[in-house]
Amino acid sequence: MTIFDVMGPVMVGPSSSHTAGAVRIGLVARRLLAAQPVRADILLHGSFAATGAGHGTDRAIVAGLLGMAPDDPDIPRSLRLAERRGMAVRIHTGELRHAHPNTALVTVTNAMERTVTVSASSLGGGRIRINSIDGMEAAFSGEYPTLIIRNQDRPGILSEITRVLYEHRANIATVQLYRDRKGGLAVTVIECDSPLEPALRQELAGLDGVVRCTYLNMQEEA
Amino acid sequence: MAFGSVGALLRAAEDMPLWEAVLDDDCRDRGADRKDSMERMTALWRAMVRSVDEYDPDKRSASGLSGGQAAKMAGAEKTLCGDYMRRVMATALSVAEQNACMGRIVAAPTAGASGVMPAVLLPLRAREGLSEERMVQCLYVAAGFGQVIATRASVSGAEHGCQAEIGSASGMAAAALVHAMGGTPGQMADACAMALQNVMGLVCDPVAGLVEEPCVKRNVLGAVNAMASADMALAGIASAIPCDEVIDAMAAVGRALPAALRETGEGGLAATRTGRKIAQRTGSKPENG
Repeated sequence: MTIFDVMGPVMVGPSSSHTAGAVRIGLVARRLLAAQPVRADILLHGSFAATGAGHGTDRAIVAGLLGMAPDDPDIPRSLRLAERRGMAVRIHTGELRHAHPNTALVTVTNAMERTVTVSASSLGGGRIRINSIDGMEAAFSGEYPTLIIRNQDRPGILSEITRVLYEHRANIATVQLYRDRKGGLAVTVIECDSPLEPALRQELAGLDGVVRCTYLNMQEEA
Repeated sequence: MAFGSVGALLRAAEDMPLWEAVLDDDCRDRGADRKDSMERMTALWRAMVRSVDEYDPDKRSASGLSGGQAAKMAGAEKTLCGDYMRRVMATALSVAEQNACMGRIVAAPTAGASGVMPAVLLPLRAREGLSEERMVQCLYVAAGFGQVIATRASVSGAEHGCQAEIGSASGMAAAALVHAMGGTPGQMADACAMALQNVMGLVCDPVAGLVEEPCVKRNVLGAVNAMASADMALAGIASAIPCDEVIDAMAAVGRALPAALRETGEGGLAATRTGRKIAQRTGSKPENG
């Protein structure tokens, strides 16, 4: 924990978890889609559902979808801005199983009808955790440039992935592995210290056994 | 690495001013240089000033519970606390109301307690003619103590109650005030310890689960308590219990608090007849935090 986790961030109120964290959740969905959504479906769970209206959680997530940061003074007007920019928004509440109290399930669609669904939780102080992307389990903060790779569960694949990263001189901060069953499909989540160039990402996507490679960089659109 | 105890912080402050020890540690922690750290902290200070300047007395929160209170306080003709304290109280209210009305604030350490630091620092700067540099130093002092509190206990109301939010802000502010007035690191630790002692056990019981009632008014408590604690420390009054032990006690009390009193909107003021009525009216169904 750095001193700037204790002092700051500069944010639009009223709640670091229900407002600032919610903006970041919307921003994650936008970054993963890598485009301005034309449609957004937002499901609020738990405390987000119960007190979200009073905390502006709905407006905060929509603000993130529009590309705003947690300190953007336009956050309170985001619903109107979404309308003006042609983004159709549906906000509803529901129960997600085994979810953190401050969780949202956000599905966004771009103009080409490509869709991304992300489940994320707000942990307090504006920090978030991404729980899943398109149903793929994961657990990461979005604070680092992150690769989310769906790959076949077979010997050696991780070393091939890390070899590509090494060849591009990308330093790995953390690695997580998930799988449904032995020899099935696995999800590899890799957090890196610096942004990853498109060539590296293409190389990873082309590896034998890699089904899909998704990249998240909160600092800029991929 | 981050300071794990006030004791370590005080030892680091034997060779240099305490605020500078915190700055140096931040540079090591994040691999940043001094200029980068100073610029970041200065930006936070300026955002704090702006959060006070941007106050709009006509703005109301979505629930209708907050807004206009700071203007009432600032305009009060006769006060028991006197002119200076009236300004402190009005500043605390204005930032806390800004926050409730989706205005822009600096979480210090949290959004719910964002009024405390500006309330004690801005009026003091005006009265004493202190430089911006000194204000930024004060933020380093506050952040240093805040870091210890966050590490040993918590600054989250959902975890340890309001003592961890308003209480922590108050302790951080008390230490910062001692620096502003030229006190010693030991006095900073005493001021922080006394401020935390005074609100130990304070529960987090937001009506309708919103960061409004009593949160906005508790920012006033945090600011006034910080000033009184700093004054005691500067007068040579010590805390009989060392600051680290006070923080550990606060953590133990926080852990002992039932969930109803940790930001779930189910206990304390939230559970009163009127509190429940307000929750119904605002459409909030606070449950499970």
